[in-house]
Amino acid sequence: MVVDRPQVTPQVTDATDVTVVRRRAAAVRRRGIVVRLGLMAVPAAFFCVFFAYPVAAIVGRGLHEGGHWRFGRIGDVLGDAGIRHVLWFTCWQAAASTALTLAVALPGAYVFARLDFPGKRLLRAVVTVPFVLPTVVAGSAFLALLGRGGFTDSLWGVRLDTSVWAILIAHVFFNYAVVVRTVGGLWAQLDPRQEEAARMLGASRPAAWRQITLPALGPAVAAAALMVFLFTFTSFGVVQILGGPTYSTLEVEIYRQTAQLLDLPTAAVLTLVQFAAVGAILAVHAWTVRRRESTLRLVDAGTTAHRPRGGERALLGGVLAVIALLILLPLGVLVARSLDGPDGYGFTFYRSLNSLGTSSTFVVAPLETVGNSLRYAAVATVIALAVGGLAAAALVRRAGRLVRGFDALLMLPLGTSAVTVGFGFLITLDKPPLDLRSSWILVPLAQALVGVPFVVRVMLPVLRAVDDRLREAAAVLGASPLRVWREIELPLVGRALAVAAGFAFAVSLGEFGATVFIARPDSPTLPVAVARLLGRAGPDTYGQAMALSTILMLVCAASLLVLENLRPRAKGADPSPGEF
Amino acid sequence: MTSPLSKRALLRVEDATVRFGPRAALDAVTLEVAAHETVCVLGPSGSGKSTLLRAVAGLQPLDGGRVLLDGADQGAVPAHRRGVGLMFQDHQLFPQRDVGGNVAFGPRMHKVPRERREARVRELLDLVGLPGAAGRAVGTLSGGEQQRVALARALAPEPRLLMLDEPLGQLDRSLRERLVVELRELFGRLGTTVLAVTHDQGEAFALADRVVVMRDGRIAQTGTPLDVWQRPASAFVARFLGFENVADAVVAGAYADTPWGKVPVPTGSPSGPCQILVRPAGVRLTDASSGLRCTVLARTFRGSHLALTLAPPDAAPRIDAAAPLRGAPEVGAEVAVTFTPDEVVLLPAE
Repeated sequence: MVVDRPQVTPQVTDATDVTVVRRRAAAVRRRGIVVRLGLMAVPAAFFCVFFAYPVAAIVGRGLHEGGHWRFGRIGDVLGDAGIRHVLWFTCWQAAASTALTLAVALPGAYVFARLDFPGKRLLRAVVTVPFVLPTVVAGSAFLALLGRGGFTDSLWGVRLDTSVWAILIAHVFFNYAVVVRTVGGLWAQLDPRQEEAARMLGASRPAAWRQITLPALGPAVAAAALMVFLFTFTSFGVVQILGGPTYSTLEVEIYRQTAQLLDLPTAAVLTLVQFAAVGAILAVHAWTVRRRESTLRLVDAGTTAHRPRGGERALLGGVLAVIALLILLPLGVLVARSLDGPDGYGFTFYRSLNSLGTSSTFVVAPLETVGNSLRYAAVATVIALAVGGLAAAALVRRAGRLVRGFDALLMLPLGTSAVTVGFGFLITLDKPPLDLRSSWILVPLAQALVGVPFVVRVMLPVLRAVDDRLREAAAVLGASPLRVWREIELPLVGRALAVAAGFAFAVSLGEFGATVFIARPDSPTLPVAVARLLGRAGPDTYGQAMALSTILMLVCAASLLVLENLRPRAKGADPSPGEF
Repeated sequence: MTSPLSKRALLRVEDATVRFGPRAALDAVTLEVAAHETVCVLGPSGSGKSTLLRAVAGLQPLDGGRVLLDGADQGAVPAHRRGVGLMFQDHQLFPQRDVGGNVAFGPRMHKVPRERREARVRELLDLVGLPGAAGRAVGTLSGGEQQRVALARALAPEPRLLMLDEPLGQLDRSLRERLVVELRELFGRLGTTVLAVTHDQGEAFALADRVVVMRDGRIAQTGTPLDVWQRPASAFVARFLGFENVADAVVAGAYADTPWGKVPVPTGSPSGPCQILVRPAGVRLTDASSGLRCTVLARTFRGSHLALTLAPPDAAPRIDAAAPLRGAPEVGAEVAVTFTPDEVVLLPAE
């Protein structure tokens, strides 16, 4: 990344010297390309082996039979009324979830960006908890809130767990932070005097907002909406737990076809459909991100917030109420349920996690899964940091379409069916030289795949924000490219590196769709254990699931709080984690 | 107030007070601007001058006092209905609109029909010396061009009062000097009423009919540029205007006792303790036999003359003096100094 800086060319007078210098400059440029390709090699290889290959294999297994490609199956599958219903539901629930999330979270984005109130930093961490929370935990939280015998059921006799509302509300819960961080992050940096300038020219407050702020925020809102759409389009855990037998997304259907019905051809077609949809969404996203980089007047985010005045107090109150109802209540109910044992409140369920119990759900005590999960997540974080860090280093210099394509490629695992990846791992990584079937590394590898996009997203803006002139100043003072990297770059991006590690750790911890396929029965991860407990009837296992979910939530929240404190408070490059 | 009250006051600020926590950014400020007058508020950063503009604009609510435009209290009038223009310190051009879009913004907000709007944009861009720039992107403008577009944009809705916040602050010196002349000429031609703030006294003196010096949220002095320059009202104003020869003094008769010895004062000066200002022009270098003996510490080339910094004996405050280019003493030379009463101003004791 630093090696490819053109060398200072000495003053020359002679024509032959000019050619020599030109040739040398060309060599330097070539070396830059070589270095960049070298940096890209590791992430590219990682993605080929652990992403492209398994996905291709599973698609091939489904559509290639008896030496022939059977593309006719695509038509057959898509013609099926049941599948068409799934496709329709997947699309409309994603659109509805996105619209609902924007409606609920945009006022929140304003409040976090522009208002000063006590406890703001803590609250910002709290609203981000759901985003890194395993879908399984979110699902169980809403089950405890809206399900049979749940909070609203016992209070008013209202049950929503079999209705689409539970899914939509859970999706808002999940993606609130995406909008608050992506839109709010930019909003905080917009110069408030732009609106004042419009007001001085005769624009009313709403007109100034519509004319000046909204167009500036537009691309960020679009990017956030697309991300929410992507996450809800591929929603698995939430729909699996709250959807019951009636509602099923493409992702859930892929899981059902693969794991339960063993209908690989259908699963392969659905995977292709999902792949195409995700590819399209990511393409649009990349376009909006490029538009977002257009010239805006940005100022230090610390200077734009003010104490709420007049109507803003009501807005702040409303946003706090929404956060309390939407985010704190489900998490609170989850904790309460975990403590609500057969003989009153206590730690009965937590204690019972330590034993095998009478059920045959596990080969190990559920509490052991905590250790498993932490170990796996730690390894996955290391892999994700290595792969993602190298990728970000290769991407830091903008260079043409090749690099941009690589950028989009790295985002693919975020939206691709985790179920497909997990199942693909099972059927491809079982032969030498890659016989990893019985190896523990399989789980961290799959989790790292999900962590890498986060690492790249967090690292890239910070790496790009490092002023070139700092590097040049260090070079002029006699630092070699390697020293420049160690002395200048590393200290500047250290914080971002820690933030990236935190995010990778949290999402690895919560990864469910792929892990559920490849975790060995004798060492399941925490989310897998929660899902298994929820899959069995009985108040004991339900309570245990809640207890285990609470533990998982606390671990995620703790890593997030550490992360929030790592965010730089001073002026300068804000790694703005959560901007995807 | 020594304002030309023969004309009606377009803007009247009465006891305006703005507090940020315990600190008063504006402390009971009273000020008038007559129609077609250009008033410049001058003060160091943090003296409250930008807050004054924002309060008049309606962007900063008052904690006390009131703002009247054409005699009408503006307390309940929102910023966009006050009919005042404000040119921001860093221009705040809208980056997502081109030059024409920026200038047309105000007329558009006032629902001016398209043809008249376009004509107005052309007219204003001609006026500020950027004909045909309507289609240019804001990002491609130089600092001076941005300033001109910002001015055109502020003038476009025909505000009854135009306010300028550090209008030339970010531009380089030669451009600033040229633009200040252009602005004054333009405002005179259009009959615009202007309230400007700046920390640059040269800018204020060149632009203003009347200067208001502010300090810590209060008005320290008001007057024509010549008034303020010739008779600073306090040691603060004198120092802010760049006069360094200020010292404690006790007047007795025709002389004052100062750390520099006896200094002649203008006839009729009241006796008693005060502060004294000797303008550099009032510091005479004579031959070394009489007067205060000083050492030349530094000399700075100022174009028309040399500015000398002199060190008197016995740790008395340093003295600034001016010397002609020819025959000025070298650094380290010993000179003798006398003072002329014409260039001596007595200031109230602090």
